[in-house]
Amino acid sequence: MKIKHYILLTFIVAAFGCKKDNYSAPTITLNGRLTYQGEAVNVEDNKVPFQLYQPGFGKTAPISGTFAQDGSYSTLLFAGNYKFTIQANQGPFRWKEVSAGKRDTVAINLTGNQTVDVEVQPFYMVRNAQLTYAGGNVNAVFNIEKVITDANARDIERVSLYINKTQYVSVADNTGATDLAGSSITSLNNIAMNVAVDASKLSPGQNYVFARVGIKIAGVEDMIFSPLVKLSL
Amino acid sequence: MKKISIISVFIVLLSAVSCKKDSDFLNVPPKTIIPSDVAFSDPALVVSILGDLYNRQLDFSGLDNGWASFVDFSEAFPSENGSAFFVQRNSWSFGEWNTWDYTYIRDLNLFIQRATAATKLTEDDKNQFIAEGRFLRANYYFEMVKRMGGVPLITEPLDYDFSGNVTILQKPRAKESEVYDFIISEAEAIKGLISLNATDKSRATRGSILAMEARAALYAGSIAKYGATTPQVSLPGDEVGIPASLAQGYYTKALAAAQAIISGSAGSYSLYKQLPDLSDNYANLFLDKNSSESIFVEDFKANGGKTHGFTTNNQPFSISDEGLDAGRLNPSLNLVEAFEKTDNTYAPIATKDASGNPIYYTNQLDIFADRDARLAGTVLLPNGLFKGKRTEVFAGYQLGNGTVITSGDATQTQEVPGLGRIQVVGKDGPVNGGEFRTQTGFYIRKYLDPTIGSGRRGRGSDVNFIRYRYAEVLLNAAEAAFELGQPAVAAGYMNQVRARAGLTTPLTAAEITFDRIVHERRVELVFEGHTLFDMKRWRLAHVVWDGNQMSVAELVSNIGKANKRNTQPFGLWPYHYYNPGNPNNNKWIFKEVKPSLVTGANNFQFGNYYSQIGDDILSANPKLVKQPNQ
Repeated sequence: MKIKHYILLTFIVAAFGCKKDNYSAPTITLNGRLTYQGEAVNVEDNKVPFQLYQPGFGKTAPISGTFAQDGSYSTLLFAGNYKFTIQANQGPFRWKEVSAGKRDTVAINLTGNQTVDVEVQPFYMVRNAQLTYAGGNVNAVFNIEKVITDANARDIERVSLYINKTQYVSVADNTGATDLAGSSITSLNNIAMNVAVDASKLSPGQNYVFARVGIKIAGVEDMIFSPLVKLSL
Repeated sequence: MKKISIISVFIVLLSAVSCKKDSDFLNVPPKTIIPSDVAFSDPALVVSILGDLYNRQLDFSGLDNGWASFVDFSEAFPSENGSAFFVQRNSWSFGEWNTWDYTYIRDLNLFIQRATAATKLTEDDKNQFIAEGRFLRANYYFEMVKRMGGVPLITEPLDYDFSGNVTILQKPRAKESEVYDFIISEAEAIKGLISLNATDKSRATRGSILAMEARAALYAGSIAKYGATTPQVSLPGDEVGIPASLAQGYYTKALAAAQAIISGSAGSYSLYKQLPDLSDNYANLFLDKNSSESIFVEDFKANGGKTHGFTTNNQPFSISDEGLDAGRLNPSLNLVEAFEKTDNTYAPIATKDASGNPIYYTNQLDIFADRDARLAGTVLLPNGLFKGKRTEVFAGYQLGNGTVITSGDATQTQEVPGLGRIQVVGKDGPVNGGEFRTQTGFYIRKYLDPTIGSGRRGRGSDVNFIRYRYAEVLLNAAEAAFELGQPAVAAGYMNQVRARAGLTTPLTAAEITFDRIVHERRVELVFEGHTLFDMKRWRLAHVVWDGNQMSVAELVSNIGKANKRNTQPFGLWPYHYYNPGNPNNNKWIFKEVKPSLVTGANNFQFGNYYSQIGDDILSANPKLVKQPNQ
């Protein structure tokens, strides 16, 4: 008798309990990268944030993400209208402001996978970076272009050459770094730097390092980098 | 027969009891809720309500917040593998350290309102209770403004009228300066209402009110002054950031409030000077519940229901009352290096001589000789004494040819030529990744309770957590005086604190610099919840925690500079020197070591200066403006 009850109960639960009660996960990819005149703007990984707002759903809260090292971003979303923005004082670049304190937004109408490159105006760009390895040192020769020269121009605080054993190369992740103070840079062309490769900090048997040059701009938190280079030892 | 009688009795009972008037039947006063007019008729009941409000205070570091609330900012290393993220992360989230407890504010406002309306309390009791409520409210607003900047100032309980319109409940953020002004004016208003005297340290007294006022005014002054160096960290409506023109006024108020305590007008407070050994004396000031130095504390009582596990969590491994529960909070070498020599000079802990050869020490403690007494009072050094036993801290044997013999644990013996198979690391560490033992070479001594049984989980420790103490008041006065251009006054206050620590050569007025002020607060007040807020208000946080990795060369240079980088905690590992025939045989050498778990570097971003206001809060109240740089 009792067993019958349980069987009945199980049937009821099975029949009514497991309705499909969830939305399917977002499937549309929105990706792109930070660009300046079509060229990638390289930043530190996971440090420069962006925000996507989807208005019209009562409470407003952003969908947040960060840019990868090469300035790219990628996020999975539902179809809809979005507004893309980067918060104040983030990134080694300027972003349009509608009025003081009001950040401009990029309207994105998302119906299918879409690539939206974000054009920004960096303070500086590292140009023509030549990174080579010779005799236990990584040598870098590069030019710096001062992009913003008007009243909003900022000085260079320092230029740094970083190497690391993994592809994440930045002030936080490196196995070697050389700094050059901005005050000691006399010409923005053919700046040469080098950093010694400390083999004891690499994985055993590792015969390559990753390197890139970064510019720290005075009063700006995030650095701007040259493209990442993998060098064979 | 029997049945009938039972039934009739039942019927009689039923008719006698059940037929009350219907309205009376539903009108039974609840036994679990005390109405406010009853609660506020008896001082004992009011105190029990107050007790709850006192318990809900928020501290940054607290003995009942867990050991991990002391560990961040490279002042210590977490020796618990599950907490290694402290030294492996490269940033703090913007939401870190936030608080938005308007439930607490509402309860405080209700308390103040009801205490004010009470009719059966004596006037003295009423004033006392109202002042205590207002003190707790001001103190929580202080905690909020430190973390969030300007917040909505709600001083009356808000009630919803069920109209469907909530806009009257949505209040905008006040200016940061307005919140500080509120704290200062509340302190001024209530300091005369308090009748408790200085011996009651866990409740609001004149002393604690003035100490809060002094600290708040000092914070506001320094944000006004040093905020000018970080114009990015401000909002156009001044919800974050204080205009530089207000600095002078705040410093003046801070100095006045601190001097009111120093002059004795709030009760007799003094620096704790009871024990002949200055380090023991400094350590004991945190243990002695009757310390003349503590002004406002969170009190604990063993076997009385309110204890904490600080000693359990942080006791030396080999002296632990609780087996594997030990050794989590390891002060860093960065901090140890900061303690001066007794001749007022800064010097690194000397591990090598001028030509780069190791220096040999007969006794492990010799390397720390002639230092500020607060070093041994704050940090349990290698071979330090706790509960009558000495810690055993060494990382291995170093032979004459430079070979180092070590192992992963004290129980794993190794072959040392000439000595046989012996234990080669200390029972108390250090071994990289050896949790619950020191990994920096140091244990914490501040707050560590030497009472028997204090390290057991069941009993716990009842050492007080001191929120405000007299030495901080002196340092607040010194800083305010310095910023007001009175270095001689500043030197006078600072030298009192320094003399107690064995630094008996007084600093002259000319020697008082901003670096000195920063340094003195660091060594005197470390692990008391000041580090983050001090660095924030001086706008030094993004400078000292700039995300760069540190080298040993950097660690041992520029000691005592306010802007010295402090992104990764280091350790100092002692080694036995074993080289028979050599005059230095069996002596100790020391090495600066970055524990291998330390892979991240503290990176304080501009967006960390003021903690994020949650998206749920922002969208519930559109009048709130977002924090800058987030």
